[in-house]
Amino acid sequence: MAQTMLEVDNLATGYGAVQALKGVSLHVDKGEIVTLIGANGAGKSTLLMSICGEPRARAGRVLLDGEDITARPTHEIMRGGVAQSPEGRRIFPRMSVLENLVMGAQAAGQDPATQLPRVYDLFPRLKERQAQRGGTLSGGEQQMLAIGRALMSRPRLLLLDEPSLGLAPLISRQIFAAIRALNESEGLTVLLVEQNANQALRLAHRGYVLVTGRITMSGSGAELLARPEIRDAYLGGSH
Amino acid sequence: MAYALQQLINGISLGMIYGLIAVGYTMVYGIIGMINFAHGDIFMVGAFISLIAILMLISGGMMEGPAAILLVLVISMAFTALYGWTVERVAYRPLRGSFRLAPLISAIGMSIVLQNFVQVSQGARVKPLEPQITGGVELMREGNFVVQLSYMQILIIVSTLAVLAIFTWLVTQTALGRAMRACEQDRKMAALLGINTDRTISLAFVIGAALASVAGTLYLLRYGIADFFMGFIVGVKAFTAAVLGGIGSLPGAVLGGLLIGLIETFWSAYFSVQYKDVAAFGILVLALVFLPTGLLGRQEVEKV
Repeated sequence: MAQTMLEVDNLATGYGAVQALKGVSLHVDKGEIVTLIGANGAGKSTLLMSICGEPRARAGRVLLDGEDITARPTHEIMRGGVAQSPEGRRIFPRMSVLENLVMGAQAAGQDPATQLPRVYDLFPRLKERQAQRGGTLSGGEQQMLAIGRALMSRPRLLLLDEPSLGLAPLISRQIFAAIRALNESEGLTVLLVEQNANQALRLAHRGYVLVTGRITMSGSGAELLARPEIRDAYLGGSH
Repeated sequence: MAYALQQLINGISLGMIYGLIAVGYTMVYGIIGMINFAHGDIFMVGAFISLIAILMLISGGMMEGPAAILLVLVISMAFTALYGWTVERVAYRPLRGSFRLAPLISAIGMSIVLQNFVQVSQGARVKPLEPQITGGVELMREGNFVVQLSYMQILIIVSTLAVLAIFTWLVTQTALGRAMRACEQDRKMAALLGINTDRTISLAFVIGAALASVAGTLYLLRYGIADFFMGFIVGVKAFTAAVLGGIGSLPGAVLGGLLIGLIETFWSAYFSVQYKDVAAFGILVLALVFLPTGLLGRQEVEKV
């Protein structure tokens, strides 16, 4: 029996009068890669942010390794083994690449010196660019930096928001390969939000489909890929 | 020539005091995007705490030598930092996430509270302090005119440089400084990396207040007076310095402070002492109209 790492139970949240999530339930097992697919504005990014407590849940619960973290402040959730590479990457533009990476480790209590080689192995480009300011990197490099920064905290659970957005297909394949490698070598648990449903479902063990704040479908990556309604709605015209 | 050199020395030592205060304005602006209008009054509180500490040391017969000055600085920094922390906790933190003007209005209220608190508890009259540090070094003589670098000015320059060196090291080299810069650049992301942003903001206020208290102590020792209203004019000038240097820029705040100090001093020396404040505030108007991002400020307008 697989051990549940993350459990989202009937989570509802929103911004002001807008109800972005209307009771979402899903779970991610230890060592699993789970993807969440859905159209723009379905609430995918809101779900990832809300797991981190920003915005706060209006109803429902979030459990990490069985512990209720719904009401915890964001920084405590992140220190407890969750890391996120968020929508828009959110690189600190006036810090060097190295400082961005160190920021990933410092509050989580990890020693940057031991974590840096891991990340540089995964993304050698970041090592070449380490003295450069974050804001001067290309889109692909920023994406690597955002993921690398998240990995610096040695998370139990990695939340990835659209790692392939705006990237050339070659770079996006590199990033997906890196995620798979981490999952296989370290057993890293990943919850991945993607618009590129085809690539995401091939990578993931399981997937959920989010439509306007509700989960409408779930299943293994292969199952979802085979469904005609998924093909029509999310895979039409892609690759 | 000698006269101008003397003014240069005077301007730099005054400008350093403005710079120390301006750093507090610009640091808080960088992190939470508000002008802390109570910061000038924090400077005033710092001066009063030093005054009390000095008077206590004098009555104990211990106000002797550099160790006593250092002790006064440390006492003033500690207590003033506590004021800075309290102001943020009481008047600004509850308003975080509120509309943008709310903390500004609260800051003006806090400024009035601090002034009235000191007025009631310490009295409204100007408090004199006898010169504690006298004498100086004669640099040159031109006819009857002696260019002097006083020991007081040496103290101002040396302690400001020391404090700013420690501050720069803190911001650029330590985990705390990195966390502060991260909060300044993207507070939400900082929280997503496990940074306790409320605590980091509190520390910015604590550090800003400590720097202002150093300025307050030096100002008190240099000019020998303290009163409950002294924070207003000095505070607005330091704010002008922060704007001139580029609000949000730490080196800009120091540069702006030096420039305001020099402009004010040279204006007083060559034009009119009565209108020295007009010169400083004229600069504020000119800076806002022609150079809104300041000398070292960033060109793009950034949402904080």
